[in-house]
Amino acid sequence: MSTEAAAEQTATNNEVILPEMYTRIDAIIEKYKDKPGSLIPVLQQAQEVCGYLPHLVQRYIAKGMNMSPSVVFGVATFYSYFTLVPRGKHVIRVCLGTACYVKRSEEIIEKIKAELDLEVGEITRDKKYSLEAVRCLGACGLAPVVVIGQDTYGDVAATKVMDIIKKYD
Amino acid sequence: MAKLTIADLKKIKEDYHQGLREGGFRVKITVHMGTCGIAAGARGIMNTIMEELAKSNLKDVAITTSGCAGLCSQEPMTTIETTGQPPIKYTALTEEKMRKIFAEHVVAGRPVTEYALVAGHETTY
Amino acid sequence: MICAGTGCVANGSLKVKDALETELIKRNLQKEVKIVLTGCNGFCAKGPVMVVYPEDIFYQLVKPEDVPHLVEEHFIKGRPVQKFLYTPPADKNTIPVMNDIPFFKHQVLRALRNRSLIDAEKIEEYIARDGYMAAAKALTEMTPEQIVVEMKKSGLRGRGGAGFLTGLKWELCARVSGDIKYILCNGDEGDPGAFMDRSVMEADPHSVLEGMIIAAKAINAHYGYIYVRAEYPLAVQRLQLAIESAKDHGLLGKDILGTGFDLDLEIYQGAGAFVCGEETALMASIEGKRGMPRAKPPFPAVKGLWQRPSVLNNVETFANIPPIILHGADWYASLGTEKSKGTKVFALSGALNNIGLVEVPMGTPLKTIIYDIGGGIKNNRKFKAVQMGGPSGGCIPGSLIDTPVDFENINKTGAIMGSGGMVVMDETTCMPAMAKFFLEFTEDESCGKCVPCRIGNKTLLTILQRITNGEGREGDIELLLDLSQQIKDTSLCGLGQTSPNPVLTTIKYFRDEYEAHIKEHRCPARVCTPLVKFVVDQSKCKKCGQCFKACPAGALKWEKGQVAYIDPEKCTKCKSCIKACRFWSID
Repeated sequence: MSTEAAAEQTATNNEVILPEMYTRIDAIIEKYKDKPGSLIPVLQQAQEVCGYLPHLVQRYIAKGMNMSPSVVFGVATFYSYFTLVPRGKHVIRVCLGTACYVKRSEEIIEKIKAELDLEVGEITRDKKYSLEAVRCLGACGLAPVVVIGQDTYGDVAATKVMDIIKKYD
Repeated sequence: MAKLTIADLKKIKEDYHQGLREGGFRVKITVHMGTCGIAAGARGIMNTIMEELAKSNLKDVAITTSGCAGLCSQEPMTTIETTGQPPIKYTALTEEKMRKIFAEHVVAGRPVTEYALVAGHETTY
Repeated sequence: MICAGTGCVANGSLKVKDALETELIKRNLQKEVKIVLTGCNGFCAKGPVMVVYPEDIFYQLVKPEDVPHLVEEHFIKGRPVQKFLYTPPADKNTIPVMNDIPFFKHQVLRALRNRSLIDAEKIEEYIARDGYMAAAKALTEMTPEQIVVEMKKSGLRGRGGAGFLTGLKWELCARVSGDIKYILCNGDEGDPGAFMDRSVMEADPHSVLEGMIIAAKAINAHYGYIYVRAEYPLAVQRLQLAIESAKDHGLLGKDILGTGFDLDLEIYQGAGAFVCGEETALMASIEGKRGMPRAKPPFPAVKGLWQRPSVLNNVETFANIPPIILHGADWYASLGTEKSKGTKVFALSGALNNIGLVEVPMGTPLKTIIYDIGGGIKNNRKFKAVQMGGPSGGCIPGSLIDTPVDFENINKTGAIMGSGGMVVMDETTCMPAMAKFFLEFTEDESCGKCVPCRIGNKTLLTILQRITNGEGREGDIELLLDLSQQIKDTSLCGLGQTSPNPVLTTIKYFRDEYEAHIKEHRCPARVCTPLVKFVVDQSKCKKCGQCFKACPAGALKWEKGQVAYIDPEKCTKCKSCIKACRFWSID
């Protein structure tokens, strides 16, 4: 699914944004709105609040920052740090940096895709896991590296990766 | 904090060297905690050292952290320096190894050769 | 080097120095042997101690009356004097010293000078190792012009990849008039396989701040940003702490060290876009926009961030600056080659025994880095190539392993120095697949602004995909070469201009592999799954059964003394058997 299509889908998917999230986003906008060039930190912090950047939140930020929603959407889709789709309870990040690639991290991704039946950037139906490919986590000494939530696993074999993932429920 | 002057900088430097050598500690343990070290388990090693230190009741041991020591494939690493001896780097540590090193090197002052990688300082310009 | 720490002085090290001086003059060696008093070595119990370079011989318990003998034996006959040699505490096996271990022996730490020595979160520890003394010197004793002259003389070139002379960059900006200027630090380390800057920011954040203060004085900037990838949370945290404690100590902010010079620094967290490593894109990103490069001129030195004159340097470049100011340009230029001075930090990774961060003098041969420091190829496999410069760089083959590593010589191979990632590959790496990997990266990271990069790289990728899928066509190699050249010639920024390098270098050195894929439908490294037959070559099989043990699918049939057989019905093509086989007998 393309990013745009995914965004459209979530926009129609009854995004649930709690009132307390809006309160927190208001505070972020208030802090930054007069500071030039602060859209990126605002989006970073809003994503921390919501877990991702729903369409409604992007529009809300655009209004608060006195910008066109297209500018906000443009920035949100440009940088890989931002996600327009919700993440799973456990985010599985597989490093695709050169050192990990040389140690066959691609095979790890293929294995996870097949076992969990999802593509990179997607979330499982039960919303338990989402899979992301990242470019170099700077832990090349441990290649190939898989990060699940906050935990880093080094020297992961494709044949063993599911055993690690299953520990997260 | 008072703003420093250049004379203060020099004084900090001198005081620091004096303190480390004479007034201070007999043993200094440095745990290397860069991203790779932490990913390889440096925090666990740190906790082990803390536990052992608490158990030992030693008062002359300083624990500190430092960034990446450069040899990522041998993480986690620590450097242990006792007065009058060159610093010794231990590599590929586990909790078990660390406990032994603590008992032998830190408490009894005998470096554990089987786990030690190297002694001395690196060449800095 | 004679230790003049408190302990050694108390033990008479200064008398040893006098004796040594007298003896050297007597032997007419005063020009060849230089005596340096050092800070405490930490071997106080064995003082007075001295270290003799270049051999790095450590003498302990030296007395003035021993000096004539020592000079005679060591400096004239070249024999270290056993009696005074340092002996580690008695034990069955002794612990090797730094010089016994090739990983450490060949390294010289300048940018990483404080590695493993200081606590990054304690400013006093940085100060205790001469920290902020260079900034003090620059702020009180030097004019901006003098700083620029010193930097130019040192020959320091930008460590971010392009290798532009740092002093020259500063001079261009210093000449532009303007009351508001910016000093910027590029910590958006995006090359996959590179982690030098992360390590510097994590382990020695104050060295970056100090470098920035000196640069700010040189160009007369009073505000600056450090742009760090959001993927580096620990680096962000330590830099933040460093900035705060520098402010508390009057080393940043208003009236630094009472000199009247002001500088405020702020961290800006990148949001994940490789192209933001390009200077104009990085500036656009700080302005809160999509990080797209723009055409130059005007150069950032004239119109940079917010249209103001700006200087952007890389993390490692800044970390190199304080020692240059403190010890002088001549000292800095004493290491390195004619046009590449000083040292360079590399992130060594891949199929090596020792993986890590290393700093070596410019001009060190690749061979030393890979075999001595890196400890050679893991599992006794064969060295195939080393990738330098990430997606903008190229692969240097085994035949060029004697290449001295400096900007000029690496460029000659078709790779680039880049920011310092060195990923070593053995014979299990497929070169067309490697090129495809990098093109996937650039295709993904292209900002989309200009056509050659946006569409050209996509097309390169399509061709590489069909080659690695076994659908390569006659003429594909020529097409790749032609298109690569056009992308290089016509792209706007560094990303597009260098993105075909991985393709060009792999074709240049490993053309036979491309041909094997296209003409013979064969992947010599057994990486490209569609081209692997998963059949045991009977003539090569050594009947060892390793493949049988490795197979998770029960597809391998093997009995002691028998050639193995793969059941195509059960085989899942996971390649576990290929990795297990040491004889390349599975095709």
